[in-house]
Amino acid sequence: MTRNVAIVGTGHSKFGNRYDVNIAELAWEAIKQALEEAGVEQKDVEFVSFSNVGGWSSEGLASVVTLEYAGLTGAELYRVEAACASGSAAIKAAHDAIASGQADIAMAIGVEKMNESPTPTVIEFIGRAGNFFWEFQNFGLTFPGYYALYATRYLAEYGATEEDLCRVAVKNHYYASVNPKAQFQMPITVEKCMKSRYIAWPLKLFDCSPITDGAAAVVLASEEMAKKLTDSPVWIESIGVSSGTSNLSRRDDFLHLEAGTIAANRAYKKAGLSRDDIVRHVDVAEVHDCFTIAEILAYEDLGFAKRGEGYQLIRNEETYKGGKIPVNLSGGLKAKGHPLGATGISMAVDLTRQLQGRVEKERQADIKVGRALAHNIGGTGHYAYVTLYSLSKPRR
Amino acid sequence: MSNQREQADMFLKQMESFANEMKKAIGLPIIPEPKSGAQLWYDQREITLKFLISVEKIKKFFHEGLAQGKLLATRCKKCGRIFFPPQVDCPYCKTSDMEWIELPKEGELVTYTIITTRPYSFGHYPDYTVGVVKLKNGVQVTAWIRETDPKKLRVGMPVKLEIVKREPEGYLTYEFVPVEEE
Repeated sequence: MTRNVAIVGTGHSKFGNRYDVNIAELAWEAIKQALEEAGVEQKDVEFVSFSNVGGWSSEGLASVVTLEYAGLTGAELYRVEAACASGSAAIKAAHDAIASGQADIAMAIGVEKMNESPTPTVIEFIGRAGNFFWEFQNFGLTFPGYYALYATRYLAEYGATEEDLCRVAVKNHYYASVNPKAQFQMPITVEKCMKSRYIAWPLKLFDCSPITDGAAAVVLASEEMAKKLTDSPVWIESIGVSSGTSNLSRRDDFLHLEAGTIAANRAYKKAGLSRDDIVRHVDVAEVHDCFTIAEILAYEDLGFAKRGEGYQLIRNEETYKGGKIPVNLSGGLKAKGHPLGATGISMAVDLTRQLQGRVEKERQADIKVGRALAHNIGGTGHYAYVTLYSLSKPRR
Repeated sequence: MSNQREQADMFLKQMESFANEMKKAIGLPIIPEPKSGAQLWYDQREITLKFLISVEKIKKFFHEGLAQGKLLATRCKKCGRIFFPPQVDCPYCKTSDMEWIELPKEGELVTYTIITTRPYSFGHYPDYTVGVVKLKNGVQVTAWIRETDPKKLRVGMPVKLEIVKREPEGYLTYEFVPVEEE
């Protein structure tokens, strides 16, 4: 018998180039907020799952360094790694600790300090996040390069255009410009995006998420504990997880991410939902738009659009606020920024605040059914997490 | 214009000489970050990452494959599955009874990208194209495609495998070249 788990506190740092703080100071910005929102003290936190990919930053065990700084030393502690989906993996681990009765209060903390290394080094580390020996050693694929393989095939197969990709960037930059926590605060145009230089053809600079420093944290509690702590819990309704091959040469096609599709189906099944009409059951979604093509693939993998029709959603502005299914009203990875370890937790923080109706007015979705969806991909569909958050307590 | 690796090295060298001057002046390697002015400690420790990777079990791939001008894969003798990259164990049959086979050289381009912003250790190359090719027998292989003009590349185009020496490192690897179409 598993127990219900609720988010009872959220914290989020400013994302961007954070040369003004070290990794523990950065994490503390989010931890402090989350503890204060939840109204709990460090001693109450029994379990911490810590999400940090690292490599580019100096602290090898950022988890213990941060817990010491934050007065959390002594908690049951794990560092989790699922590449860019590490944050969602941390939430899953903390969720499971509570659901299984091993803890009543747990935290998922995510932080990344990517700007401690020069850009080519960061590109190198992320490029190695696939299959190092067979795909990086000889061929030097980069993270934009991996997704560009999908973009090339998608554009060729379905007749979508580079302008369609840029339309995703335009939307997400717009919402970032009204999100004070976002890295980029300036809206862009399709023309500006189209004129930007190629990073990995056909992906251009404005198709790519930036290198970001940032932190996010949530406090999770059991149903019994949540009742004592808050009047407005946000419940973790279901989590679907899957994985994909390390070698991209072993993928069936380059038109969808199989792991993302399976993760979505698993999350929907647990919640008793069908992918055919999923848009009617979700008010707002945060999807993994590390590159513009990734957001379009996500539309299709999640069932927001049929195969080959995802680009029409953005072309028809259906994923703006007020559209068929609002997506990435935070600015997304693309423009809010993508500090790998913090990203999945940042999605949880923003969706919690969306459901509670407390984000900036310009980007506040209409909350009708009381459900939000987070779609977080690690690598190029190497890991996939789809999490449903709800204002209604799940029935067990 | 210098290559991306030299630019990255130069950037760190500038930071280092700045830090060295600060050490002389105030005894501390603390420098202002160029844009924000935030104080940064310039790391006084340095490591080189260089891995020693076992190829003992797949040594045929190199000595009887690449060195003989062939691209090899493994095939499970029990279920017939072909593995590329080669594996010496079939996880489905849980057997290590595998045979080495040569892969066909002809294939078609499934997808591709031209890498212009490169990783540090690839910063000394000109732009390069990475593609996934489906060979005649259905096996897919990731490799460089010898063409960097997007106008001359298209999904589905025929390509041919060549074993080549990668310069300036001077080691054997494989890449695909576009085949002239009628």
